Amino acid sequence: MSTSGTSGTTGAPGATGKEPVAVVGIGQTKHVAARHDVSIAGLVREAATRALADAELTWADIDAVVIGKAPDFFEGVMMPELYLADALGAVGKPMLRVHTAGSVGGSTALVAANLVAARVHRTVLTLAFEKQSESNAMWGLSLPVPFQQPLLAGAGGFFAPHVRAYMRRTGAPDGVGSLVAYKDRRNALKNPYAHLHEHDITLEKVQASPMLWDPIRYSETCPSSDGACAMVLTDRAGAARSPKPPAWVHGGAMRSEPTLFAGKDFVSPQAGKDCAADVYRQAGITDPRREIDAVEMYVPFSWYEPMWLENLGFAEEGEGWKLTEAGVTEIDGDLPVNPSGGVLSTNPIGASGMIRFAEAALQVRGQAGEHQVPGARRALGHAYGGGAQFFAMWLVGAEEPTT
Amino acid sequence: MTGPRTSRYARDVAVVAFAQSDHLRRTDELSEVEMVMPVLHEVLAATGLKAGEIGFTCSGSSDYLAGRAFSFTMTLDGVGAWPPISESHVEMDGAWALYEAWVKIQTGEADTALVYSYGKSSPGSVRDVLTRQLDPYYLAPLWPDSVALAALQAQALIDAGETDEPALAAIAARSRADAGTNPHAQLRGAVPQGDYQVRPLRTGDCPPVGDGVAAVVLAAGDLARQLCERPAWITGIDHRIEAHGLGLRDLTDSPSTRTAAQHAGFFDAPVDTAELHAPFSSQEVVLRKALGLGDTVAVNPSGGALAANPMMAAGLIRIGEAAARIHRGASDRAVAHATSGPCLQQNLVAVLEGDRA
Repeated sequence: MSTSGTSGTTGAPGATGKEPVAVVGIGQTKHVAARHDVSIAGLVREAATRALADAELTWADIDAVVIGKAPDFFEGVMMPELYLADALGAVGKPMLRVHTAGSVGGSTALVAANLVAARVHRTVLTLAFEKQSESNAMWGLSLPVPFQQPLLAGAGGFFAPHVRAYMRRTGAPDGVGSLVAYKDRRNALKNPYAHLHEHDITLEKVQASPMLWDPIRYSETCPSSDGACAMVLTDRAGAARSPKPPAWVHGGAMRSEPTLFAGKDFVSPQAGKDCAADVYRQAGITDPRREIDAVEMYVPFSWYEPMWLENLGFAEEGEGWKLTEAGVTEIDGDLPVNPSGGVLSTNPIGASGMIRFAEAALQVRGQAGEHQVPGARRALGHAYGGGAQFFAMWLVGAEEPTT
Repeated sequence: MTGPRTSRYARDVAVVAFAQSDHLRRTDELSEVEMVMPVLHEVLAATGLKAGEIGFTCSGSSDYLAGRAFSFTMTLDGVGAWPPISESHVEMDGAWALYEAWVKIQTGEADTALVYSYGKSSPGSVRDVLTRQLDPYYLAPLWPDSVALAALQAQALIDAGETDEPALAAIAARSRADAGTNPHAQLRGAVPQGDYQVRPLRTGDCPPVGDGVAAVVLAAGDLARQLCERPAWITGIDHRIEAHGLGLRDLTDSPSTRTAAQHAGFFDAPVDTAELHAPFSSQEVVLRKALGLGDTVAVNPSGGALAANPMMAAGLIRIGEAAARIHRGASDRAVAHATSGPCLQQNLVAVLEGDRA
């Protein structure tokens, strides 16, 4: 018996036809290494008030709050949503806390979107954050538990062998990772909220940076950031009142697979392929390479751009690095990837996935400022987490979905 | 008839199966995966479904209990998520994971959901651990523990004339007597009320510290009928949060529980059963008042959190226990409640109903 998939056969009348979901407000903090000037509450409130201002709404317009972040050990606060209820105007309202490792920012947005799609709430504030300066992320990832497989503290050490496997499998030349980092850091210069603004960046500097986890160089890794990202999601009636063009959610999905098992393909996990396929099916996308105008992809180490280009169906297997090398993923290329500068330039871990989702929405709203991709009508936001086992994606468009 | 007449949502969704572990003071010999797997197998077996046939999976747990970041990534292995599954996780009690799953089914993107949650409190001092969920700048540095905060609430109730120590002792005794018929409970039968932990709360007014797992299967519409002889329809579910600061709240009341109950349609008709997540005896007094529960309602017939309180699972267990009573015909309309945060800061209310004969 198959019970997943499309509905309509087993539910009550009204089981079909989700409410369309629109992004009408987006707010970010300026991401930096350490925000000593604000508390955690101050940080999240800054992003939330900016999202409300963008939507020209007030706290009273919000029906529910969905918040996400990566492990609580990163700040040393257990279930911080309890303490943050006041700062996020959630008192008296429903507040839900999502945690799906590195993909959490994306998952959080999808949970919020589902509240609207299910017509449980009409207007929802969703927010994700990380204030890494409050504690030490490496310590937070290094707590051993007896009798359990550790997740191998130090994300670079975990992912480097998979990058090496990708290179061996595809014959990609050594320099592709540096091209990605150089591109993303230049894109970040156009994004006022990005953490790393390396005005003197050159390809040679990236290539000359120290090797950390062979083949990953220092300049091909993400920074540790303090930051928050918030969005206001609403229904069709809410979108009609929106002062700025909304971004419409055309598809969204999450997929998970186990961390470690014999059949796992760490280079191109099946969960990522399945997640993308589900999103494209919902959005009616049959040729992602041609039908999607901009991609905000979760690339914490530069080599993950060519790897995910294949995993997400933008390139044939073994061909992703050729798109990068040919400049296709440049901001003025045929398929701009991470026009915001991406995770390589800004990484408040728990917020990074939501920033991808929000930046995709900014692109189709035409609100991305200097890093706007001209004429972007459909954009993909992508997040992953754990041992490349959790995936969350959404596809947003400038037009209201027809199905 | 495709479902209960009182449903206010797009789809009728029911709890069709519930399973839980025995709740134990210590489980040193078991990893979390080993704790979770038998319960997942049991709840799926009750429906005849396999993990790959479930439309959506959602879990609830806390890294701070596991003592390690990303702890839930390992328990996912216990689900057997291959081929990949549609899955999510809340860093909360499993009752909120059930809420997320219920919303997912309401969108029409899934017809079934597996919900599970677990907590191993035994490796640490849960009284100390829970201080870390307080305001990190002003309150947590003082290390006020969960029993001390509950004692403030209990004293406020006594000062307000809402209860007294003998009444609290009676709640504790009733809970553990009722737990005598619950083979999974950690404390059963005549348990002495004991000495003061923090005045006015004695040992018997406080929940046992223990480890445990719970799991539930949800299904929509006719499928729920195929999977379960008497589904426990979720005719209403809502949750609300209050201010964090204890000085900003009236600790003798729980307005968030009342608001959630209103939105869940709880006050539309009487209930015969209430499974309340009241880890401290005094909190049952607060919740009874917020819900206006009379003496005709069976409150915590499972023994409640005073008999077994596995962190992050105890709220989901309340929903499961209420549903199980409907499954076996012992209840027609029940309310289940889950709480989070100090002194009942955040509360979820679910109304469950069985089809009438």
